[in-house]
Amino acid sequence: MVNLEKIIEDTAVKMLQLAVTELPPDVMNALKKARERETNERAKKILDTLITNAEIAKERRVPICQDTGLIIWYVKVGEDFPIKSKLYEILKNATIRATKEVPLRPNAVDPITEKNTGNNTGPHVPYINWEIVPGNELHLTVLPKGGGSEYWCRLYMIKPIEGLNGAIKCVLQTLKEAMGKPCPPLVIGVGIGGGADIALKLAKKAILRPLDDMHPNPKVAELEQRVLNLANKLGIGPMGLGGDTTCLGVKVEVAARHVATYPVGIVIQCWAARRCSVIINKDGSVRYLTHKV
Amino acid sequence: MAEYKLKTPISEEEIRKLRVGDIIYISGIIVSARDKAHMKALKEDLPEELKKYLKDGVVYHVGPVVKKINDKLIPISAGPTTSIRMEPVEHEFIKRFKVRVVVGKGGMGDKTLSALKEFGAVYAHWPGGCGALAVNAIKNVKKVFFLEELGVPDAFWVLEVENFGPLLITMDSHGGSIHKEVSEKVERNFQQILEQL
Repeated sequence: MVNLEKIIEDTAVKMLQLAVTELPPDVMNALKKARERETNERAKKILDTLITNAEIAKERRVPICQDTGLIIWYVKVGEDFPIKSKLYEILKNATIRATKEVPLRPNAVDPITEKNTGNNTGPHVPYINWEIVPGNELHLTVLPKGGGSEYWCRLYMIKPIEGLNGAIKCVLQTLKEAMGKPCPPLVIGVGIGGGADIALKLAKKAILRPLDDMHPNPKVAELEQRVLNLANKLGIGPMGLGGDTTCLGVKVEVAARHVATYPVGIVIQCWAARRCSVIINKDGSVRYLTHKV
Repeated sequence: MAEYKLKTPISEEEIRKLRVGDIIYISGIIVSARDKAHMKALKEDLPEELKKYLKDGVVYHVGPVVKKINDKLIPISAGPTTSIRMEPVEHEFIKRFKVRVVVGKGGMGDKTLSALKEFGAVYAHWPGGCGALAVNAIKNVKKVFFLEELGVPDAFWVLEVENFGPLLITMDSHGGSIHKEVSEKVERNFQQILEQL
């Protein structure tokens, strides 16, 4: 009999280590392509530094960035997968273990006592997004979300008559206010529609999409490309010090909106767009989707 | 655009030579301080030893990842945090502790820029997220102040560094700021894009 609980916990620890030390190939490729296209000399140098830093981190298995994020899990559990309600405990333990073993920086602070809990857990943290799906597999994704980029996430409730152009304006406005602070070149997630919370949830989930994927809805895919082009015309550049590369990708998700509201959720992700995804079968086999193991 | 090697303690004269666009490498002592450390420094009287490290010294906006190796805490990733969070207090911090170099990322505002000018200091930029690369220059943890009270990211880490850089001077002691320059350009681009939307 395989000890499935142990496999999940060990895998989750490994996922955190991989996520914070090694960029997924789509992110690394996007950085290298941006470097080739960049025309600003200072920006070229900065992009070189980012790429070198990511390579060193992978080689030494140390965190790319010292901000190893607030830990957020996305869990899709198959209805025939034998472990369900225990998953929270397992992922929480994995988070505590990874904090010691990787190590991660302890980033969870209780906002009432202002004390750092020291192990990256606390009220509602790690946060888990649940989905139940058919099948006998468990899909796990971890998003160690840095605070510097999270600070610039925004929710706009625009007037429906402003429409998509209004939504685009919100994105550009956010980038202009943020400048170099969220560590561009950025990945931008945009959630349009639903309610306030839904727009932001979709926006955050959107930044987990591989940078080289294509949205299945061609109109949304076109919108993503349009926003990306406009964002890169702003001239913010890597670290906000000028250049052509402000964004590596824009990912948009939509939900039906109430007739009277038009929520636009914007999630900002830094150049170190870290994530790790796996599929665990109920027989205990593990497949890594974002990293070679 | 020139390159300079600086060694702590750093004199006002050395700082006044620096202009935006210059590159510096720092050797000697640097002290980490984020939000909580800044607040503590301005509310309470800091230990004399810590004040000595700050005077004519370097404050680095960083909260490192540290690993316990042979009972010693060693930073393994230590890139800069977003400096603008310290904007409300940096002016007073520079004034009170006579700091010469502020290292961070993302740039700071007018209030800090005026302190750089008034007291003779610069703001030096290290690319955000580059924590793995930054530790190359850290040779030793000399001391940690208030680790228990403030936690790992927010404690004062006193670090011995060798050729910490290349750091880009993005705000100098003559009122120059690359952040301001780029901001103005971006504002113009933004208005142009909106007109065509």
